Amino acid sequence: MTDAAMSEDNTPKELEAALEKAPETEAVKALPIKVRATDVNVFYGDNHALKDVTIDIPEHRVTAFIGPSGCGKSTFLRCINRMNDTIDICRIEGKIEIDDRDIYDRSIDVVQLRAKVGMVFQKPNPFPKSIYDNIAYGPRIHGMVAGKTDTDEMVEASLKRAGLWAEVKDRLAQPGTSLSGGQQQRLCIARAIAVSPQVILMDEPCSALDPIATARIEELIDELRRNFTIVIVTHSMQQAARVSQKTAFFHLGVLVEQGNTEQIFTNPVDKRTQDYITGRFG
Amino acid sequence: MTDIPANDATNDAEARTRTREAALIRKRYRAERRFRMYGLAAILAALGMLTVLLVSIVSAGLPAFTTTQIALDLNFDAGDIDPGGSRDPAKLASANYRGALLKSLRAEFPGSETRQGRRDALNMISNNVPFVMRDMVLADPFIIGTTQRVWVKSSADIDQLAKGSIDRTLPESDRRVDNRQLAWFEKLEREERIRTVFNSTFFTTADSREPEQAGILGAVIGSALTLIITLLLSFPVGVMAAVYLEEFAPKNRWTDLIEVNINNLAAVPSIVFGLLGLAVFLNFFGLPRSAPVVGGMVLALMTLPTIIIASRAALKAVPPSIREAALGMGASRLQTVTHHVLPLAMPGILTGTIIGMAQALGETAPLLMIGMVAFIVDVPGGFTDPATVLPVQIFLWADAPERAFVERTSAAIMVLLTFLIMMNLFAVLLRKKFERRW
Repeated sequence: MTDAAMSEDNTPKELEAALEKAPETEAVKALPIKVRATDVNVFYGDNHALKDVTIDIPEHRVTAFIGPSGCGKSTFLRCINRMNDTIDICRIEGKIEIDDRDIYDRSIDVVQLRAKVGMVFQKPNPFPKSIYDNIAYGPRIHGMVAGKTDTDEMVEASLKRAGLWAEVKDRLAQPGTSLSGGQQQRLCIARAIAVSPQVILMDEPCSALDPIATARIEELIDELRRNFTIVIVTHSMQQAARVSQKTAFFHLGVLVEQGNTEQIFTNPVDKRTQDYITGRFG
Repeated sequence: MTDIPANDATNDAEARTRTREAALIRKRYRAERRFRMYGLAAILAALGMLTVLLVSIVSAGLPAFTTTQIALDLNFDAGDIDPGGSRDPAKLASANYRGALLKSLRAEFPGSETRQGRRDALNMISNNVPFVMRDMVLADPFIIGTTQRVWVKSSADIDQLAKGSIDRTLPESDRRVDNRQLAWFEKLEREERIRTVFNSTFFTTADSREPEQAGILGAVIGSALTLIITLLLSFPVGVMAAVYLEEFAPKNRWTDLIEVNINNLAAVPSIVFGLLGLAVFLNFFGLPRSAPVVGGMVLALMTLPTIIIASRAALKAVPPSIREAALGMGASRLQTVTHHVLPLAMPGILTGTIIGMAQALGETAPLLMIGMVAFIVDVPGGFTDPATVLPVQIFLWADAPERAFVERTSAAIMVLLTFLIMMNLFAVLLRKKFERRW
């Protein structure tokens, strides 16, 4: 969070070059760490939902969390932008740092944190307002736009980056809920990137979509990682393999294994990972 | 089913199972038909009772919307009205119109020279006729000294006679109209000097001792003023309470206790709120008696739980995904509520509020306790003027002995029901228009 650069391109030039050349698997290690979680424990009342999770999430890469239902992957995801704060009985221990600053520190304002760590949810949840207002909402409340032309440009840029502009440019005044499921989800992604976050969290973004819409979202994710750090929770292992460079496998609240996606899927170290990937449970 | 070849025993068993199954299915269908019939019967019974209620009220109340007038030759006698001939408006305003009227009556009604006859003649017409004459003179002083044929309001008894509510065949002692009046009336009828017109007085005046001069405007205005106070107090407080409890309050023992108590408050008999208002607002704070401001405060207390409960239900119905979306965008909780949750819940909140207001409009008991049951002949001009409200007006008229107040009671009920139906209709339309937009 050193530079609050909201420009399209916050990737350094040399990094960009490295990204183009280097094979994905090797690039992971070379990249700086965006999010660093250390010994994170989460409790829902008496239920110990996450146990000692320690993970580094590299910048400008897609990190996938996989695991069977109820394993805590979504819970962990929601810790990264403190969405769990809204649940009364939820208690979080440990340390999560973004750019070396503890996000659970008293000095961190949760509202600003969430502007920097955007989120896309499982079910597309556009506001019941116009497409235009859906995109413009975030920049407006954060004071990032002044005047109509400014907002117009911002809406257009966000929709273009989410690959939705061509489909909706003639009906920006229509309600966001009138779009198809896949379009709604891309609208939600456009809404998230409109406030120029640094990290985008995606909680099973394709689980409610058909294969074609899913493919479009996956393409989009791959494009977005140039400018954003993306963390995605998914139930589909193929999806994790397709879109991510780093994969973490959760089971029963424990982070069992993490590593380069290729390694996790071809050569898992842990027996449980292997069993899950080969479809023996989960 | 097994692969064993069928023999008689298994065939028998299968047949028995089949018949048992068939019987069971028939029984299930019978039970369903019976259940539907019960439901239908219940609805018909409810509709029947509603019809009886409405028909009886409408048939009793309709005559109140018309009134009887008599054409009288009024002698604007210069000697009574303007003895000096000065045409001074101040003097004309306080002149002896009653004397002029009595002279006219003596000419109109033969046999009204005696004391008893004069009383009979005066009882033919409404006692506001001298004021009608004064207003005519003040509007046009040149009619002094002339005789004008004027349609004046008949007395309530004559009105009842004209509408057929008084049986002319009854013996004189059992009749509100004596034989002399009946003879005068029949003569006027023959001369076509009796007519029935729309009773605009009913909608333009406040209460009166004389049924023919009594109207509901005072009560309607009183109700409106009271409801304005109720709405201004209970809507913001109720919505704020609901928003806080639903969106901000931690879920703990205290909020549970508050919730239980709000629900209990909704079940408190309304007269208790009246006693509370009497003790606190009138006796402790010394607010004016019979005033809409106090009535509104009492009804606001009564309406609060309704609005809080309805608003909480409306807020609960907004899907959590909307809140998550807003929070995930970096909206604060207040922004989430004011930008997204509250607008989506507003139709439900307004519906609840309208229904609460309708309840308050029909409430009588608490207002009796704070003196809104007083007899008030002026239309209230402000929130602190003495006033009465529609249901209390109905209560007052239902208590009045005059025959003519019976139809006015029913007519007032019709007006009240019209307002209530309109409010509920509005609530339904609102709900229909904004039904689930997500």
